[in-house]
Amino acid sequence: MNKSSMSTAWERLSNGLLKENPTFVLMLGMCPTLAVTTSAVNGLGMGLTTTVVLMLSNLIISLLRKIIPNRVRIPAFIVIIASFVTVVQLLLEAYIPFLNDALGMYIPLIVVNCIILGRAESYAYSNPPLPSFFDGLGMGLGFSFALTCIGAVRELLGAGTIFNYHIMPDSFTPINIFILAPGAFFVLAVLTAFQNYLKITRERAGKDASKIQSGCSEDCMNCTEGGCAKRFYDTSAEKKETEEHASQEPVENDKKEDK
Amino acid sequence: MSGLLKVSSNPHIRSKATTSGIMAAVIISLLPAAGFGIYNFGFRALVVILVTIASTVLTEFLFGIYRKKQTITDLSAVVTGLLLALNLPVNIPLWMAVLGGVFAILVVKMLFGGLGQNFMNPALAARCFLLISFTSQMTDFNCDAYTGATPLARIKAGESVEVFDMIIGNTAGTIGETSMIALVIGACFLIMLGIIDLRIPGSYIVTFALFTVLFGGHGFDPAFLSAQLAGGGLMLGAFFMATDYVTRPITIKGQYVFGIFLGLMTGIFRFFGPGAEGVSYAIILGNLLVPLIEKVTKPVAFGKGGRKS
Repeated sequence: MNKSSMSTAWERLSNGLLKENPTFVLMLGMCPTLAVTTSAVNGLGMGLTTTVVLMLSNLIISLLRKIIPNRVRIPAFIVIIASFVTVVQLLLEAYIPFLNDALGMYIPLIVVNCIILGRAESYAYSNPPLPSFFDGLGMGLGFSFALTCIGAVRELLGAGTIFNYHIMPDSFTPINIFILAPGAFFVLAVLTAFQNYLKITRERAGKDASKIQSGCSEDCMNCTEGGCAKRFYDTSAEKKETEEHASQEPVENDKKEDK
Repeated sequence: MSGLLKVSSNPHIRSKATTSGIMAAVIISLLPAAGFGIYNFGFRALVVILVTIASTVLTEFLFGIYRKKQTITDLSAVVTGLLLALNLPVNIPLWMAVLGGVFAILVVKMLFGGLGQNFMNPALAARCFLLISFTSQMTDFNCDAYTGATPLARIKAGESVEVFDMIIGNTAGTIGETSMIALVIGACFLIMLGIIDLRIPGSYIVTFALFTVLFGGHGFDPAFLSAQLAGGGLMLGAFFMATDYVTRPITIKGQYVFGIFLGLMTGIFRFFGPGAEGVSYAIILGNLLVPLIEKVTKPVAFGKGGRKS
């Protein structure tokens, strides 16, 4: 049991980092992705801040999932998320003021980041605390990784530095557009394309390149009706997989029976 | 058996016009402006033009190899390169011109599906890309022949300008935009061949002239008006870039709407914006609205609609 929960945790972690990277694959949380990634430091700061909020909110929502009535779950999620965002913002203001200044308005806006609400809705609300916690960690780290990549490329091309270290030779003329808003779109698109390219070549090479189809991979049994099932492109294949999985280990969640 | 009828699928009547033919005509029509630019700014203008064209053509060629579908013979890359070069100042570092050419072909044209699929004029998009990225180099019009700002910038600063020089083209500016006469000669050539018509340029220029009279702050002042018309990229933009087949509206009504929109936007940018020039931004903004314009101005199919009594 302990072993299987560890493997679930690891699976959740890698799922968020690579297979379902929130930025490059799920295309969630585009607002902070485009707005704050003017430098690698900002991207990393935003990513880690979101990670903290995501882990804690996933954990708490998962713990409270049997108490929160289905009808008011979204307001309940928002209250939980907003509380954590407030805590994190006050901590940033007290201990890392420069990051607080750089991110500015985008810290309170983490409340409405669709990654956090999306993970709460599609994972934490129907899964036990430990996997939810690691799901939040994986997603958050995936988000941080993506934002740092975008920030690094934009900083390199737009200012000639990475993490404020001079990389480019002095003769390099910074290409301002990469620091400005259009650059964010260019870099995001190119990195997403590169990610897809890697995936497709791996698929062709016959390696198992995880089908990336939805935000809830193996846990469709636990989804409330009208949740994930409709979001699959290929529902039948996925269901079969889920059934196999379900027969191996009993579904821990029994929310449906509760109702 | 010679009485057999030939059976073939439509289309039965084909136009002789080909993409490469039209592109060649556009290139020829741009030659007066390019030639005057070289005469005006010296040998370096020729170098900039050739380097830019080489970069666009080479980018298209390499992309064609990668996609295993070569489209280089339609000459559209040459037109893009030439138009881009005419929109650059003469002293621009050559690698910037190359970067602009690569951006125009690779990002704006090829990644959207090649000629006919680009939603925005590639040359203008590249110019705006460079203008945002390298503002100081792109707006530095000092060269051997001229020092100081462009006529439009001088007007904006309240100085007086020689309108006659502006019409001939003996002023500072980008390589191809200075000479109104050379541009109009090229445009007349295209109009005579029937490749472009006056709907877009006409409505564009008339709207802009009206806007200048109403909101330019000088009332009806012929000198000011003609300086505004001859200055900047207005002629180049109106005749050669707003009329780009791919990025203009197809519907006839839509073309008038498009021209009027460009005139208004150019006026707003020139008189109310911080810069002296606004033609490029006006046109790419108009390009973005083309699908909407076409949707609104779609003609009613024969036999459908009509007045309901």
